[in-house]
Amino acid sequence: MSFQSMTIQRIFFAVAGLSAVIVGTLSMTGCGSSEASSSSSGPTITPQQFADGVHAVMMADRTVYATHVVTNLKKQESVVTADEYWQDSDDAIPLPAQMFRMGAELVDENKEAGFTYALRSSWPLNEQHQAKTDLEKKALQYIVENPGDNFYGEEVLGDTNYFVAVYPDRAVAEACWTCHNDHPNRGDDYPEFEKDDVMGGVLVRIPLP
Amino acid sequence: MKLPVPASPKFAVWMVMNMAIAGVATYALVAPSTTVARRIFLPGETTHGHYQIELACNQCHQTNGGNDESNASNVMQDACLRCHETDLDTANDTHPASKFNDPVHADLLKTLDAQSCLSCHREHVAERTLAMGLTIPRDYCWHCHQDVAESRVSHEGMRYDSCATTGCHNYHDNRALYEKYLDEHHGEADILDDATLILLTSQQNGDDQTQETQTQVVPDISDADPQIVRQWSSSAHFAAGVNCTQCHQPEAEDSLANHGTTTTAGFGTAWNDHVALDTCRHCHARQSETFLRGKHGMRLAVGLPEMQVAMARLPMRSDAAHRQLNCNSCHAAHVDDVQYAAVDACLGCHNDDHSLAYLDSSHAELWRQERSGDIDAGRGVTCATCHMPRVATGDDTFVNHNQNSVLRPVETMVRDVCQRCHGLEFSLNAVADPELAQTCFDRPPEQTVTSVEMAHEWFEQRRKRQQSRKRSGSR
Repeated sequence: MSFQSMTIQRIFFAVAGLSAVIVGTLSMTGCGSSEASSSSSGPTITPQQFADGVHAVMMADRTVYATHVVTNLKKQESVVTADEYWQDSDDAIPLPAQMFRMGAELVDENKEAGFTYALRSSWPLNEQHQAKTDLEKKALQYIVENPGDNFYGEEVLGDTNYFVAVYPDRAVAEACWTCHNDHPNRGDDYPEFEKDDVMGGVLVRIPLP
Repeated sequence: MKLPVPASPKFAVWMVMNMAIAGVATYALVAPSTTVARRIFLPGETTHGHYQIELACNQCHQTNGGNDESNASNVMQDACLRCHETDLDTANDTHPASKFNDPVHADLLKTLDAQSCLSCHREHVAERTLAMGLTIPRDYCWHCHQDVAESRVSHEGMRYDSCATTGCHNYHDNRALYEKYLDEHHGEADILDDATLILLTSQQNGDDQTQETQTQVVPDISDADPQIVRQWSSSAHFAAGVNCTQCHQPEAEDSLANHGTTTTAGFGTAWNDHVALDTCRHCHARQSETFLRGKHGMRLAVGLPEMQVAMARLPMRSDAAHRQLNCNSCHAAHVDDVQYAAVDACLGCHNDDHSLAYLDSSHAELWRQERSGDIDAGRGVTCATCHMPRVATGDDTFVNHNQNSVLRPVETMVRDVCQRCHGLEFSLNAVADPELAQTCFDRPPEQTVTSVEMAHEWFEQRRKRQQSRKRSGSR
């Protein structure tokens, strides 16, 4: 087994383990926002705790993929590269943002999941990541103006009230900011991102009873 | 209304008529779905895509144990997916229902419920049914994408119902139309230098299972037609070890496999001249499954008798009206003549302008040249080339027998078929011209769809800006 595949295997088990611990913990406490708030016995968690937990898993996966998979491939000058059009390209894997979005789409398909999540940015390279509601716009502005803080709020969409958490999405790996800064879709007012800059937000939305 | 007086002759006639009407209606209600009498319950003409199975109401409607009537409210969403999900997955559906689970779309869904197939595709409303079974006005894109010109200046001023024009966008399948694909294939020649179709070997017609089921059984052919035996002994079935009983007594073959003998005598299973699709499917699984998803096999897929040519809405030859659609319709029982299956079998039934124009087309001329050995294999174009394209999956190849899979809509054909030989822009131009389709593409397209050029310009602008940034950054 090559070093590269061993590394990827370790990463996989580490992420899977972390996910299992968090999901398991949430399950034991009757997680799912409505259950959490309606349960009268046993430990409960708030929507914010739930959002913080799933966000921790998401960001762990995302950071590992960006840092140890995508960046590693670049360092090794592998023929396999992360490419926006990976489905139609040879030797290509999804970009970190695409991997993140595909995961969100799988959660979207799971009606029992009890939450949705998405990437949002004030400078989206993909229009799908634009802020869609007034609260989302406000949240993106807040996390940029208040480095290190998360945004929490509530909004009504359709006939449902949602708890919304938005976490700063930082440039964690060089592959992130170099690719973004050099992307052909970037506008003239696009910031020159550097390490740890807030490039956007990770949004978690939980329906409230 | 004045009712007839009891015991009068008029009353007797009135009673008989009412009882007859009630009898027919009752019979139609409980009759098998193969019964034409059920048609009296159809609320309106069904679409081109579903009329073959229109009498199998329960395929789409979930009535309450048969006690309530089929109506628009009990159409099952999964009934649509049961037949169309595979094709939607293959098409990498641009608007899957799950895309709209994100709560931010809640208000948009109130305008157009994009999670229900029925929002755009209703049945039995022929008076407002457009191509592809669309039953809402063509401006449906506008509801969500009315601000498209903000990010795509080139779209400024375009008509709000022009998005799904051939060569621009499809709601479901954009594999040949998404912007990067258009840009990558910009500037291609009308006819590619390496124009060649996927080659298919006879071994690839049957799945690996063919080899596994090969036995050493000597068929009992003492009373068989010598001509049939001659044909079989020079066929691919013979070469693959598929003998008479494997198709005509498949149950006996199973018994043989279990008992380890080399004769079918004594097993007592009936010989059947008619080979069922399920028997063919034993070795030709993908061909059979795709056949069942197309118009030729869709009736069999829902348990109805085979499609008969006379049922077709397209113009068909009158002398073929009695024919039924099964594997043997195109593949003669004992002769594996795929050339016949690729053209002659089609023209044996189809009698529309497009089909009739084929033999005079340049595509047909290439096919004739290939058959006579004047050009390499894979250069000739048959009916099957376009309508039953060969599919390469890794090292494997098979013929997709769902002839509708590349017609929903027509530009679906571009990537899997046309682009084997033609450039993208030429292909899109050709399929965008309905007149050209009528005449089976007997001349190069004269109109130009602008999508390829627009996508290329869009990427060119970005490439220039990127280069400019790099230059200013290095100074």
